[in-house]
Amino acid sequence: MSAAIRIQQVSKCFGSTQALDRVDLEVDQGEFFGLLGPNGAGKTTLISALAGLVRAAAGSLSVMGHDVQSDYRAARRHLGVVPQELVFDPFFTVRESLKIQSGYFGIGDNDSWIDEILENLGLTAKANANMRMLSGGMKRRVLVAQALVHRPPVIVLDEPTAGVDVELRQTLWAFIRRLNEEGHTIVLTTHYLEEAESLCGRIAMLQSGRVVALDTTARLLRRFSTHTLRLRSHGEIPADLVRGAAQSGGWWSLPFDNFEEVEPLLARIRAAGCRIDDLEIGKPDLEEVFIRVMQGQAEAPVN
Amino acid sequence: MGHGFSTLLYKEVLRFWKVASQTVAAPVLTSLLYLLIFSHVLEGHVKIHGIAYTAFLIPGLVMMSVLQNAFANSSSSLIQSKVTGNIVFVLLPPISYLEFFLAYVLASVVRGFVVGAGVLLATFWFAPLTFAQPQWIFVFALMGGAILGSLGVIAGIWADKFDQLAAFQNFLIMPLTFLSGVFYSISSLPLFWQHVSHWNPVFYMIDGFRHGFFGVSAASPWLSLAVVGVCLAVLTVFTLNLLKRGYKLRA
Repeated sequence: MSAAIRIQQVSKCFGSTQALDRVDLEVDQGEFFGLLGPNGAGKTTLISALAGLVRAAAGSLSVMGHDVQSDYRAARRHLGVVPQELVFDPFFTVRESLKIQSGYFGIGDNDSWIDEILENLGLTAKANANMRMLSGGMKRRVLVAQALVHRPPVIVLDEPTAGVDVELRQTLWAFIRRLNEEGHTIVLTTHYLEEAESLCGRIAMLQSGRVVALDTTARLLRRFSTHTLRLRSHGEIPADLVRGAAQSGGWWSLPFDNFEEVEPLLARIRAAGCRIDDLEIGKPDLEEVFIRVMQGQAEAPVN
Repeated sequence: MGHGFSTLLYKEVLRFWKVASQTVAAPVLTSLLYLLIFSHVLEGHVKIHGIAYTAFLIPGLVMMSVLQNAFANSSSSLIQSKVTGNIVFVLLPPISYLEFFLAYVLASVVRGFVVGAGVLLATFWFAPLTFAQPQWIFVFALMGGAILGSLGVIAGIWADKFDQLAAFQNFLIMPLTFLSGVFYSISSLPLFWQHVSHWNPVFYMIDGFRHGFFGVSAASPWLSLAVVGVCLAVLTVFTLNLLKRGYKLRA
């Protein structure tokens, strides 16, 4: 079985800016994959190279085993891209846009699938509205719909939830999750890290055009982030506990790996004569992972 | 040619048809105004190749409309798509550069034909017109439209902003079409300007097109066909090469 996406040693410069620097990445079929990184890290360039909108200066990219340059027709038929910019064609209605997009992919009669997409994205009532008349959120939904008209096995969403309301996010993720469960490979870029954390099975982090972390979401969280026991107390925390802890605003944060460690921790604090006023447990989160990877990329092993 | 080509052609035709008052009715009205003014001033004073001035002018106006609108169609569609960003909708699908070229150029030809037919319908009441050799009318309208459609593709891809496209249109396309013998016969020009006009390919498009109506022209229609054919071939190769390299479209 060929990889859904295979990116090998891909480099790309824009003027003196190295947008992509020997990027290697492989996404398996059926994965829900996150591509994270700060602005300017190269995420959109990488997606553009995959979609044939940008030509890589070196290296090769393929979609479902089809090279994006030499076998571009097959590669593009297997790929659906939701662009980051909120673009639309003001001449057409929603349904016309989707029918035309289907035609570009060689599909003549696509009405039942178009109806299904419209339904799933909450667009049915707007089907015959002109694109100009739609709100930003509605236009975003149409962009997603346009990427799906040819039922691509690989779907790439470039910041699909930037500036959209809660309702659309939920509708969108429900639909994308369903497509993923049905076997579609999903690649997602986003700045909303909690979204990536809850959706993506595996994550790559890009910085200055290079992959600086690549692992399953669970392992990244374990490696770069821990559970923390946060508490406010009267009295001194035992000295040996203070060493691994951080203090801010009257709160102590004590890291721990397993929940079994919580009871002994509390017992020792109590034994030291401390009275606990307030207590909460913080879960590892991707934001912490992201910040640590971006700050200290040298220590982040790339696998 | 695949379904991608026919859909892109359909979309390009639908695009101008949806705003037909701007893209069809307006240029027809402009041509009608030219006819009313020039024929009012010159009818009865000027005869060209033994043809009354108004009759001589009508085919020139028709062909000028074909050419200018063919250029306007591909160039404005591409620049709008580039500026608004919706060009990605045609760059993401499996459409080859050849299909891309043919769809934009053919849609330009269709727009040229629609406007040209509109101008003919609006103006032929004003003078007795003949259709001596209609095959030339068709051939030159088709090739001229394709040439200006290709130029429109080049200009639309090259220009990053609307004012750059306007410069291309105002400083190249307009002088070439206005100084091509639409409103006069180049035989009436001083010798120097006659020679200059013979270097303007649009002259041959207008002259050959007019030959189809009256059976007489300044140059032999075969010479015009050769010049226009070479221009079309050169522009086609040039434009296809731009598209193949992805010039300004696929960075």
